[in-house]
Amino acid sequence: MSSEPTSVHHEEHGDTMTKKKILQVLAILVAITAVEFFIALVLVPKGTMPLHIANPIYIVLTLAKAFYIVAYFMHLKFEKIGLVLSIIVPVLFIIGLILVLTNESHYWTDFIR
Amino acid sequence: MSTQVSQIDEIKSTPWSGGKSPFNVEYGKMMMWFFLLSDAFTFSSLLIAYGALRFSSNSWPAADLIFQSVPGMVDHGAPLVFVGLMTFILIASSVTMVLAVEAGHRMARKEVAVWMIWTVIGGFTFLGCQALEWSHLHHEGFWWGSIPHELGEYFRHGEAPSATYTQQFANLFFTITGFHGFHVFSGVIINIIITINVMFGTYERRGSYLMIEKVGLYWHFVDLVWVFVFTFFYLV
Repeated sequence: MSSEPTSVHHEEHGDTMTKKKILQVLAILVAITAVEFFIALVLVPKGTMPLHIANPIYIVLTLAKAFYIVAYFMHLKFEKIGLVLSIIVPVLFIIGLILVLTNESHYWTDFIR
Repeated sequence: MSTQVSQIDEIKSTPWSGGKSPFNVEYGKMMMWFFLLSDAFTFSSLLIAYGALRFSSNSWPAADLIFQSVPGMVDHGAPLVFVGLMTFILIASSVTMVLAVEAGHRMARKEVAVWMIWTVIGGFTFLGCQALEWSHLHHEGFWWGSIPHELGEYFRHGEAPSATYTQQFANLFFTITGFHGFHVFSGVIINIIITINVMFGTYERRGSYLMIEKVGLYWHFVDLVWVFVFTFFYLV
């Protein structure tokens, strides 16, 4: 909590968030959300885009939003590589749980009903 | 202190041998990151459980048929409009939080306080919207362990309405959005405490607004989780 380590902390961060950058990221987040709504409320109901194509697009767009929030708002892009890896690598284990449970769930269909 | 540098001190001077932190962040901030990592695991467990149950079903209530109302304006025929508003409010309150952090870097106490107050207002507005959404669903008959009698209007054409899957949907919806809402609520309380500290000049005296960055991390995480909840409950 002393000011000594924090002054070191700030010296090393030459590249940080400015007001302009913040508003740029806001514009990107709002634009991505608008695209998601356009797909959900216009393209899918009209039948222009089937659900099995819309769903992967939603997931890609969501991951893009997550990237912008974590990288810029949470400042992770400007941190040391050691901290970045110790946060990002454990998150990759979640992919393992997704694969295991989505695969497993196909076997539940027969007795949940 | 002796002026001679011994061999051992020399070895300790690089980041990964204990000389200085390889992460170059203050202890509290690093712990906030690791807490958020554990929270990310909790939320993903809930969302993956939801995904697995949904994959195992052969019909599922459609979000744009369930979420049709804008409380106080229209009761039907406005799919996903209200949740769009909620999403926008949460993103906006995330932006006001980064602006508070940015003002903190410039040691501008008044600006930090103003942006923090906007963040708190955003948080309360989101919680209010969620309360309206919950009570609307509750009036329709959805709750933990209960669903409406007539289910036909919640399923797409060609999908068989199923009480089991509707109940699973209701339980998961209230559990996951409830857990997220609880996070928003604790975030708002923490933000209020920090705002009061900013007003009293605690961080000005400390010489750093690092505390704003730490609560900012938590607040952005809450926004991040909402991005996923929004996609998997309302879009997919």
